[in-house]
Amino acid sequence: MKEIARLLRIVRPYQWWMLLAAVLGFTTIGSGIGLLVSSAYILAKAALHPSFHELQLGIAGVRFFGLARGILRYIERLVSHNTTFKILSRLRIWFYESIEPLAPARLLHYKSGDLLQRITGDIDTLENFYSRVIAPPVTAIMISILLWVLMGNISLTFAFVLLCFHVIAGTGIPLLSGYLNRGISSKISALQAELQTKTLDCIQGISDLMLFNRLGSHIGQLEELKFRELELQRKHALIQRSHESLTGLLMSGAVITILWLLAPEIQQGNINGIYTAMIIIAVMASFEAFLPLPDAVQHLEANAAAGKRLFEIVDVKPVVTIPDHPAKYPDNHSISFSNISFSYPETHIPALSDVSFSIREGEKTAIVGPSGAGKSTISNLLLKFWPPSEGTITIGDQKLDHLDAETVRKNISIVSQKTYLFGESIRKNLMLAKPDATDEELKRALHFAGLEPFADKLDMWTGQHGMNLSGGERQRMAIARVFLQDASVIILDEATANLDTLTEKSVMQSMLSLCRNKKEKTLVVITHRLGNMSLFDRILVLEHGSIREQGTHEQLMQKKGLYASMWSLQHRHAPPELITGS
Amino acid sequence: MNLDRRLLLLVTRHPLPFIASVVLGTLGGVMMIGQAAVLSRIIDTMFLGDAGTGNILIPLLLFGLFSFLRALCNWTSETEANRGTLKIKRLLHEKMLRKISALGPLYTNSVQSGRLSVKILKGIESLDPYFSQLIPQLALSMAVPLFILAVVFPSDPLSGFILLATAPLIPLFMILIGKAAQKATAKQWETLSRMSGNFLDVLQGLTTLKLFGKSRERTRSISEISESFRHSTMKVLKVAFLSSLALELVSTIGTAIIAVEIGLRLWAGSIGFQPALFILLLTPDFYLPLRQLGTKFHAGLEGVKAADDIFALLEKPEPKQNSTTDSLRTQRFSEQPIRFETVSYTYSGSDRNVLNDINCTLEPGCKTAVTGPSGAGKTTFINMLLRFIEPLEGSIMYGNTNIQSYNREEWLNRISWVPQHPYLFNATLRENLLIGKTDATENELLDAIEQSRLGAFIDSLPQGLDTKIGEQGARISGGEAQRLSLARAFLKNAPILILDEPTSNTDPVLEKELLESMKRLIKGKTAILIAHRLSTIRDADLILVFDRGNIVQSGTHASLQQKDGFYRKALLAYPEGTAV
Repeated sequence: MKEIARLLRIVRPYQWWMLLAAVLGFTTIGSGIGLLVSSAYILAKAALHPSFHELQLGIAGVRFFGLARGILRYIERLVSHNTTFKILSRLRIWFYESIEPLAPARLLHYKSGDLLQRITGDIDTLENFYSRVIAPPVTAIMISILLWVLMGNISLTFAFVLLCFHVIAGTGIPLLSGYLNRGISSKISALQAELQTKTLDCIQGISDLMLFNRLGSHIGQLEELKFRELELQRKHALIQRSHESLTGLLMSGAVITILWLLAPEIQQGNINGIYTAMIIIAVMASFEAFLPLPDAVQHLEANAAAGKRLFEIVDVKPVVTIPDHPAKYPDNHSISFSNISFSYPETHIPALSDVSFSIREGEKTAIVGPSGAGKSTISNLLLKFWPPSEGTITIGDQKLDHLDAETVRKNISIVSQKTYLFGESIRKNLMLAKPDATDEELKRALHFAGLEPFADKLDMWTGQHGMNLSGGERQRMAIARVFLQDASVIILDEATANLDTLTEKSVMQSMLSLCRNKKEKTLVVITHRLGNMSLFDRILVLEHGSIREQGTHEQLMQKKGLYASMWSLQHRHAPPELITGS
Repeated sequence: MNLDRRLLLLVTRHPLPFIASVVLGTLGGVMMIGQAAVLSRIIDTMFLGDAGTGNILIPLLLFGLFSFLRALCNWTSETEANRGTLKIKRLLHEKMLRKISALGPLYTNSVQSGRLSVKILKGIESLDPYFSQLIPQLALSMAVPLFILAVVFPSDPLSGFILLATAPLIPLFMILIGKAAQKATAKQWETLSRMSGNFLDVLQGLTTLKLFGKSRERTRSISEISESFRHSTMKVLKVAFLSSLALELVSTIGTAIIAVEIGLRLWAGSIGFQPALFILLLTPDFYLPLRQLGTKFHAGLEGVKAADDIFALLEKPEPKQNSTTDSLRTQRFSEQPIRFETVSYTYSGSDRNVLNDINCTLEPGCKTAVTGPSGAGKTTFINMLLRFIEPLEGSIMYGNTNIQSYNREEWLNRISWVPQHPYLFNATLRENLLIGKTDATENELLDAIEQSRLGAFIDSLPQGLDTKIGEQGARISGGEAQRLSLARAFLKNAPILILDEPTSNTDPVLEKELLESMKRLIKGKTAILIAHRLSTIRDADLILVFDRGNIVQSGTHASLQQKDGFYRKALLAYPEGTAV
């Protein structure tokens, strides 16, 4: 229930909307009762053949409540749906804002299929939070009070009897149903989550499944999972579909009890028989407010569970704290790491230990070393995805801790090994780097990255994860983004690993000339492949998280150390990389 | 009101639960009439007769009995409808999965997988109210009012006429307003489906957004999408709820008219109190099923739109599969050459051949290197060997038999494929490896790990082989994913091998080891390599140079080196010794 309290706090800005909708719900059901009671009043009065004007009160009531009910219901439904959507939008934004600071460091544990399930599933569940969880009990309580007042005027005993039946309908049935249903909903959503992941596996991994002749069995598994889900749905339905019938039985029980108690009262003349029809009809009509209550309890549970899962994701502390008063981004773009150590969570081996180096503005640096040496960790730390465990990083004269992460990333471009393209147009994917870019600029960027064929296809859809483009084309898209972003520091993190030799060479050369033309651009190339090394001002050689050697290509070759042996190993075995891309 | 014929057809596949549901629901209506008759008699007795408890005991018990039977009938009616619905949902789920598997990788790569999975899961679930509520209600909204009319007419024809006259207004309003609502609902469903795909995309690309400092401002676009969803939905609802307003008004005004009409006649003495009350009690229940039809129709609408998406998928033409299933088992596979004979292929919607008149022979046990710039048609060439697509013109022969005449599963059993971006399943590392050979022994598994140099990586994981791997291998580098895929190939040990850039992304030391273990894997097998290392290409028995859908050059390294052309040009681009 802690979750429900938290959810209530999140949706609190809409409390007046919610109250308005609940009051409208109450007046709607109240009008229904009013209509039927006035009708009964007409009949009861008419049976005694009074003067005609005695019927007029009833006729006016029938007219008024008849119209009011329809109109109030229409307004109530609009207001409550509108409130629901406002709440939904609030929840979605709340969720995104909460996880945004966590990416990417804290989100590695969550598979995105799982995230999709959580967001669309759990947030859709919360869509019901107002209309199915909060509103029904509030409305029911108001109706119960109304009936208490009406009945209390005739006899407190009847009012009390009716209250008992109302309480049973409002709490007994929900509790019984909740008891019978326990665990089923959570089992269903667990199965749905599993189905979602397995379906994504089936769709995205279909070629592997076909190749290993596993598609049939994988689909068999999916069908089995669906079957199990449907079995549970069946159990759930057996219980859930009984609510209306059970509430109907309670209504009949209330009618029978009150009639049984009413008969002697009328016989003894304590109560006028004229009220009989009105009392019974009011009692029957009041149960309308209690019909949605058993479901409300189930929705409450589902909401609490969904809320709990969302809170679980959100409640993780971000690894990088945002400075309260970020310092101004320095004009000088030199970078310095002093005594930096870092370990990824849940690993024993440090990714970097006691690393110190500095890169002057405009310098062209290569960071090389075998895979797992900690090369990419350097860029992760510099981009403030993780904070170093020890040591200080500075940009210009500012400590990185004091800078706003977004500003840092705007000033540092990176092309990594895997480029994510959004399932949008090429134009939109490129404009991420420069939101106000003109078509002319976009085309120039595409030319620069060796993507001339796409220059007149700016509106082409890149496909899911950019899959309409080849691996090489996706990498070049990233290079086009760098061109557009025009940041002062450019990091290429194994960026050309998937490119063909010709393109790689031309891209590298344009990259270098881009950096040379604009004197102040700093270039850091992270690579395990040693080629064109003489182009760099300085080479840092990393192994096992430490800097082993640094210097120019010539210096390092003369030293005949790790670098020289790596270089000769690569060049003896596989001289040039030939042609090809994918 | 638009009833989708395709959906009704599904009901006829499992008709019994639905028939039971309608019969039981109607019986429930009859019990309700019984309740009203008894109740009006009790009240009449208490009001105008002798209100002694002895007089009303039996009628009260009878009222209780009717109540109980009514509850029972209604409950079983609903659960029966639910049973039928589950059967249909299961049927649809099966059909959709079979369809996707028949359409294959070319289709799944062309659609947003978030959208596709929403279609399968949510789409089917959103059909639930259509079958479990709308379909039975269609019959009930006819049957129950008819029974009520049948009892009202004999006791008071005038009230019967009023009911009969007002009832048709309800379906009339529904038709008038329902059409507009349906169109709007279609739009809403599209928005929902897009929003889901968009949200997944945003979440998966969160790191990229962060890199460009755009992650915080995405909040605004999410808020805009949500707001526009709210606006468009509210527009739909303003119209959709009008129909229920009209229905509600017909029913309340109908009740009011009856109340006044019988009240006046009761006052005038032309009708008794008991029949008047009986009719009044029945009036709301006369309109109720018709009104419920309105709300259930609204709930079912979403399903109708989802059905469009579902049937659009189900009705997609499947690539033709040859049904003749020559068995490959009896043939000694690795001794037959694979010949491409004037093979061409064009993707639908494109005017350019992605493969143009391809002729080549892949000799058994030989190593063929496929090379050429991006977009040259290499991937399509491989897709044909894998039979993900079939040639539009020409044929691929295995020995003297067209490969299309083999059962595809059996053909694929003979092929191992190490793609550029292997897909890693959301499962443990062990499960991801065992997909290569389900019944592999622990020794075979360890051997494959050793051969593909995965040992050190697995040792570094907290739970070793039993570590779960995230979607798209979030915690696995490209090189590791490829080594994993190689290990699968070792396990599968198929006679034909297709390797796609097998040596990219790894460091020089591992690369050297890997090349050596690959050589062992390739030995004696027919190997096709999309390669770009000169060392790999140089050793190939045949080099095929692709450009713009054509094989522009073919031969061995020695022969191609001599000839002017693409190959030599590429070779010269990097003089030995200074190259990458």
